[in-house]
Amino acid sequence: MAPKSCALCQNSKAILRRPKTGQHICKHCFFTVFETEVHNTITQAHLFKPGDRVAIGASGGKDSTVLAYVMKTLNDRYQYGLNLFLLSVDEGITGYRDDSLETVKRNQEQYDMPLKIVSYEELYGWTMDRVVSAIGKKNNCTFCGVFRRQALDRGASGLGVDQIVTGHNADDIAETVLMNIMRGDIGRLGRCTAICTQGEDRIRRSKPFKYAYEKEIVMYAYFKKLEYCSIECIYFPDAYRCLARAFLKDLEAARPSAIIDIIHSGEAFELKEEVRATQKSQHSCKGCGYMSSDVLCMACFLLEGLERGMPTAAITDKGRRELEARWSTRTT
Amino acid sequence: MAHLKLKIEFGGGLELLFSNQRTHFVAIPSTVPQGDNKGQPADINFLTHWLRDNLLKERPELFIDTGTVRPGILVLVNDTDWELEGEGEYKLREDDEIVFISTLHGG
Repeated sequence: MAPKSCALCQNSKAILRRPKTGQHICKHCFFTVFETEVHNTITQAHLFKPGDRVAIGASGGKDSTVLAYVMKTLNDRYQYGLNLFLLSVDEGITGYRDDSLETVKRNQEQYDMPLKIVSYEELYGWTMDRVVSAIGKKNNCTFCGVFRRQALDRGASGLGVDQIVTGHNADDIAETVLMNIMRGDIGRLGRCTAICTQGEDRIRRSKPFKYAYEKEIVMYAYFKKLEYCSIECIYFPDAYRCLARAFLKDLEAARPSAIIDIIHSGEAFELKEEVRATQKSQHSCKGCGYMSSDVLCMACFLLEGLERGMPTAAITDKGRRELEARWSTRTT
Repeated sequence: MAHLKLKIEFGGGLELLFSNQRTHFVAIPSTVPQGDNKGQPADINFLTHWLRDNLLKERPELFIDTGTVRPGILVLVNDTDWELEGEGEYKLREDDEIVFISTLHGG
């Protein structure tokens, strides 16, 4: 097939077909459009103001490595005036997290940013390895996701930052929309496409890569020669998200714009008034003060279950009522 | 039988399926030796099957799916997106560099 010229500059050889637009573009134009689109996402959503201290949730993986690089590039190029930090979470998963933390430490040197690592062991007294040996291979992600969110917030407040940014990309968000539909999780469905989330007592959190395709993030890293860690979490193959991901990849192969279209569908969902009224309001956890829609926050419920030898009780409503009763006897 | 010398690179964790080695230099038949496409010039679909049969050490389902590369694996031909080169039907040439990068892992 004859080499094609870049659709944008008509000058250089095209090296990539953009999934979002189908355009054939050259390396230089690709870097420019990728970076400019992220910049536009940031400015249109008014994510930052000068002087903000921003923690980049860094796992050493492809998205957060590219995010750290792009945030530093845009901060310098457009003078956002941000103080950038790297924030990493050590879940205590042997053979997975150890390698990726090495990558984050390399990023710290390459991008010259302070790094803070928070661990589940320190915060909760439980590593994920220990949690999995207590609960088996189902519901692992529920524990890990809940613990991670709190860990990021606590790490960020330790750094005194105004905001956390994470590398969630368009594929991730489209998967989440699909998962919430498949599980009938109305509350999350209404929130999961928001680019910026904040509750009381919680640090503001944004996703600058919300509209960036995973394919482009990987291509950007490849052509810029950014090194990242690509080991999969050893507990992932059993995860529910795995199914949504496989489905999404097939959809993308048939019609690449499906990913952005699913996000737009998700953004357009609006809960009916009568449904909104049934959703629980958010207040403070009686255990740790963190944001919660129940007496205790999910992390406190999960830990209560683990400590009491009823490790998966917190997963069901009935189980949580039992745990709440036991927790009350302990604290009164 | 004539052969094509190629440089193959695996990334994004795929190297774990290929003896934990990122770079491989291979020589494949320049025309398909058997099956439905016998006699046709070797293309990337043929290369994918050849790699599965000759180089892959485990879990073929993570590399190949219904006759072609598994969705979620990006392919580059001489540093160019395979979608610009005809995808699986790109006819291979001597000294081509083919890169397979998996995107199917945490970020």
